[in-house]
Amino acid sequence: MSAGPAELSGRILVGGVGAGPVLRLEEPLSFWGGVDPATGRIIDRRHARCGESVAGRVLVMPYGRGSSSSSSVLLEGVRLGTAPAVVVLRELDGILALGAAVARELYEQSPPVVLLEAADWEALREGDEASVDVSGRLRIAG
Amino acid sequence: MAAATTPETVELTGRDRAMLAGDCGEAAAVAMRILITMAGVYGAERLLDIEGAHIDGCLYHGDSGVDFAELLIAGGARVRVPTTLNVGGLDLLHPEEFAGTAERRAKALRLMECYEEMGCRTIWTCAPYQTTPRPAFGQQVAWAESNAIVFANSVLGARTHRYGDFIDICAAITGRAPAVGLHLEESRRGQVVFDLRSLPHALGSASWLLPAIGYLVGERCGNRVPVLLGLAAADEDGLKALGAAAASSGAVALFHAVGITPEAPTLEAALGGKDAEEWIEIGVSDLRAGLRSLSTVPAAPGPGAGRENGSPAARSRRRRRSASDAISIDVVALGSPHFSPREFAELLPLVERHPPSAGVEFVVCTNRLSLVHLEQSGGLERLRALGVRVVVDTCVVVAPILRTPAGGVLMTNSGKFAHYAPGNVGFDVVFGSLAECVRSAHRGRLWRDPELWP
Repeated sequence: MSAGPAELSGRILVGGVGAGPVLRLEEPLSFWGGVDPATGRIIDRRHARCGESVAGRVLVMPYGRGSSSSSSVLLEGVRLGTAPAVVVLRELDGILALGAAVARELYEQSPPVVLLEAADWEALREGDEASVDVSGRLRIAG
Repeated sequence: MAAATTPETVELTGRDRAMLAGDCGEAAAVAMRILITMAGVYGAERLLDIEGAHIDGCLYHGDSGVDFAELLIAGGARVRVPTTLNVGGLDLLHPEEFAGTAERRAKALRLMECYEEMGCRTIWTCAPYQTTPRPAFGQQVAWAESNAIVFANSVLGARTHRYGDFIDICAAITGRAPAVGLHLEESRRGQVVFDLRSLPHALGSASWLLPAIGYLVGERCGNRVPVLLGLAAADEDGLKALGAAAASSGAVALFHAVGITPEAPTLEAALGGKDAEEWIEIGVSDLRAGLRSLSTVPAAPGPGAGRENGSPAARSRRRRRSASDAISIDVVALGSPHFSPREFAELLPLVERHPPSAGVEFVVCTNRLSLVHLEQSGGLERLRALGVRVVVDTCVVVAPILRTPAGGVLMTNSGKFAHYAPGNVGFDVVFGSLAECVRSAHRGRLWRDPELWP
C-alpha cells in the first residue's frame, strides 16, 4: 500500500519535465535490441518484462546494458513520441543520458534522466504515479 | 534535490572555450556542448585529448540519427583525429543484398555519406581492431560499439570509456573526451574474479566456449571490471568473441584475463594491488547455464537437455542426437564481430566438406579488408559457389539482409548474434561451435557434436 506522497532527492543527469506511471525493471535493459522505438515496446525476449511498453512511463531500472546504440534508440523514441516520460537509474549510465542530451540539442525536448541512491530507487514501486518538475524534484503521488 | 552537475564544474581550456563559442564552426560548438553535458553526467572535472575515434553513429536506427548528422554537416563538421566508422545500414559493395524498403535504404545510405563527408575512414566494421592502424597500449581514444570498446581496452590496452552514438562523433570533431572512467588508471583495476581453474582442461581451452564464458561473465558482473583467472591461452579471435558476448549480456567495457591481456600479467596486477570485491567460481554447471542462455529454442538439446551428471554418457548422447533432429535450421549467420581472415580459413574447409543445403540461408558478415584477403586467396569464389553469402560493411542483425522470413531458427557461433537476433530480427537462436553451424546448415537440422558438449 502507498505510504503517501514522497519526494526523493538524487542527481539530475539530464534535466527536463515528465510524469507517468512507474515501470519498474529489476534487471537492466539494453534499449538497442531491447526496445522497439516505433512502439516503445520491450522486445528483448530474455527480459522478464518483454512485451510491456516504456512509452510515457517513469522507467525505473538499475542501469542500461549492452550495446552503445541504445542512445540512438532513445533519441528515436523521443522523435516518435514513444520514449519514457522519465528515466530513473540506480547506477550511472552515460549511454541513456547521452540519448537524452542529444534529444535536447536536436529536438529541444527529452525525458529527464535522474540518478537515485539505492534506497530511494527501491522506494519507487510498479504503478506509482511519479513526476519530475523543472527544478528536478522527483515526486511520488500518494 | 541536490544541484545537478553543471557545465561550470567542468574545467575548460582556452581552446575548449573557443570551440564552445563557435570559433571553430557551429558543429564544433554543438559537439562541445554535448561533451560538456556528458562530462557533467560522468562527474568529470575536465576533458582530455584523444588520439583516435571509432564511430557507431553511422548505423541507421531511424531518422533522428540522420537529423543529427545533417545538423553537424550544416555546421561544417570535420573530424580532428583519425576516425574509423562502424558498420552502416547497408553493404555498399553489394547493394542488392539489401532487403528493406527503398526509403530505408536511401536514409541508411545518406547517413553513411554524412559521416564520410566529415572525414571519417570508411572501413565500416565492428572489428576495427583487426584492421590497421590500431590504437597502441595506453593511448587515449574515444570508441563506440560495445565489442570494439571491450577489445580496445582489454586486448590492446588502449583507453576508452564506454561511448555510444553521438558522443563518439562529438569527441572526433573536438579531439576531446571527458576525463573519466576507463580513461583513468584507477578505474581500470579488476573488481570481480571469475575463477575458471576448476574447469576440465578440455573445456577451459575450447575456443568455441569462449562466447559462453563471456556471456556468463557479463550476466554476473554487470558494469564492474571482471578478471578471468585460469582462462587457457586464447587468440585474438577468441578474445573478441568472449568480449563481444560479455558486452552483450552485461555492460562490460574492460576485462582482464590473467596471463593473457596486457594489464594482467598477474592476478595482483589485474586487481591493482587490492582485494577482489567478489570471487566467483565457474564450474561445468555454470558453463552449461551460460550455453543455455545463448539459445532460445525451448527444446535446444545439449546443455539444456542434460540435467547435471545424469544418465550415462552414451544414453544421454543418443537422446541429444534425437532431440537435435527435431530442430530445423533456417539460417546460419556468422561474423559478429566481423569475420577475420583466420576465421575464414577455418570455415572454408568445413564448408567444402559439408556445403549448406539449398533450404538454409548461410551468411557471413565481414569487412572489406578481410574480403580482399578472401578474394585474393580464391576463398570468396569457392564459398560463393557453395552457396555462402559474404556481406560487408554491415551485419544481419542491424540491417535487413536476411531473405528468410522472421520466425524461423537462426544458428550461430557468435554470442552477440545469439543475444540480439531474437529482438532485432525475430529469429529464435541456437548457439553452437563453427563445425556444428556448418554441419547443421548441411543437414537443414540441428547437428550436435557428441564429443563437444560438457
